Amino acid sequence: MNKWYNSLETDNNIVISSRIRLARNIKKYPFSSKLTEEQSVKLIEDVKNSIKNEKTSFGDSFDFINISEKSDVEKYALFENHSISSDFLDKDKPSGVLIKDDETISIMINEEDHIRIQTVLPGYNLEKAWDTADKIDDLIEESVEYAFDENYGYLTSCITNVGTGMRASFMIHIPLIEMFDQIENLSQAISKFGMTLRGIYGEGSEPLGGIYQISNQVTLGKCEKEIIEALQNVTNQIVEQENMLRNKLLTEHKIDIEDKIFRSYGILKNCRKISSKEAMRLLSDLRLGITSGIIKLENQNANIYSIMMNIQPGNLMKYMNKNGTSEERDIERAKYIREKLGNT
Amino acid sequence: MLCEKCKKNSATIYYQQIINGEKKEYHLCDECAVKMKSGVSFDTMFKGILDSFINMENTPYTKHGYLCPTCKMSFDEFKKSGKVGCEDCYTAFKNNLVPVLKNIQGSVYHSGKIPKKAGAELYVKREIENLKSELKRAVEKEEYEQAAKLRDKIKSLEGDDSNE
Repeated sequence: MNKWYNSLETDNNIVISSRIRLARNIKKYPFSSKLTEEQSVKLIEDVKNSIKNEKTSFGDSFDFINISEKSDVEKYALFENHSISSDFLDKDKPSGVLIKDDETISIMINEEDHIRIQTVLPGYNLEKAWDTADKIDDLIEESVEYAFDENYGYLTSCITNVGTGMRASFMIHIPLIEMFDQIENLSQAISKFGMTLRGIYGEGSEPLGGIYQISNQVTLGKCEKEIIEALQNVTNQIVEQENMLRNKLLTEHKIDIEDKIFRSYGILKNCRKISSKEAMRLLSDLRLGITSGIIKLENQNANIYSIMMNIQPGNLMKYMNKNGTSEERDIERAKYIREKLGNT
Repeated sequence: MLCEKCKKNSATIYYQQIINGEKKEYHLCDECAVKMKSGVSFDTMFKGILDSFINMENTPYTKHGYLCPTCKMSFDEFKKSGKVGCEDCYTAFKNNLVPVLKNIQGSVYHSGKIPKKAGAELYVKREIENLKSELKRAVEKEEYEQAAKLRDKIKSLEGDDSNE
């Protein structure tokens, strides 16, 4: 099954992907912090059965992964693919995740909330991602009763999620806004609209490869459609700004920008060892070159965003099938990139 | 609970008044609420929330703040982790939570999706509200045939409600 991040749609535009996350809790159980081990196990079964059951074949396309049984490397790989949150990396209570074969849907069980439904699609597709999340939500509700309050909406562990329980986000590639040192200004501007900007791996993570996530912060008082619309409007403006800067640079410094992009391509195609930080920076240049029409890759099927995810330490160690030292990883990373870019 | 104004009838309405940013809350009977409504401007007024206030009276208060009767989480414990222990904490910590929610969320009223099962009653209530405003529009536009259909729909929904 082709994974969503292998779709070339992730490389065509400033917007890489669209994501919806819904937080839900089941009425009959206490919330995560007060949940006993026994209740955790029962809860996992309840949610698993709501998706994988005999009534529908829909659940067949989902794999259940028992997080407690997975090695650190496997957990990191899932995290780097955005299938699980950082919360699951050091979880001591029983927890699990249901992942659809193309990885567009993942349902975390026993995270900060009982259920975290996540849908993700390549490109600018937030409304469609919401439709899917909405349907999965209804499907789960057929077999469980949600904690819901007439005034507060869906009740969540953390009051920053209460109401719709929804976090909508776009993953965007804005290397020029970053190059012109405007990230801080952008962050402040969007916070006035109840939105927030984070790095590729979310809260507290270092920005990598000019990739950022923009998401809504407010979950109560507005309905889902309004939140999505507002996020789209703000993102459209960011895309416009990024494009404006790109055009400006391409008119005024065409040769310099071309030189930078082709040099990055040269290094990526020929390097023999490379750190993930350097690789991300060069891949970001390459992606800028592709979306601006400056460069065409020799291997037309190479997908930059997918390479970016696969060269992260966890995915790389999974691919190498061993833990490896940092130097071994740098060598393997260089080899992987050379292979993917079609020049060994 | 008795009406706070006349102290005779039982309170059926929770009445919130915001004047110059200062919030005042009253529990009133229907009669006093109408009097109050005609006398002053108001921001919100809604029925049905009284239940949660009655629960509030049962919430024990300890040296660690309110204690949730269901999961035994204290408000101090909540403040430390930022996470509530169960759904009833929202009622137990209501007094402390509402200002915080207003501050970070800007609102304390959910207007998004309603779950089909857990929110079945509310679902019907919102549906009736929607139909009523549709009915009003239909009457304004003199679409009487449509208005009659809507009226019947509302009646049947309200009927279902009273049968329960």
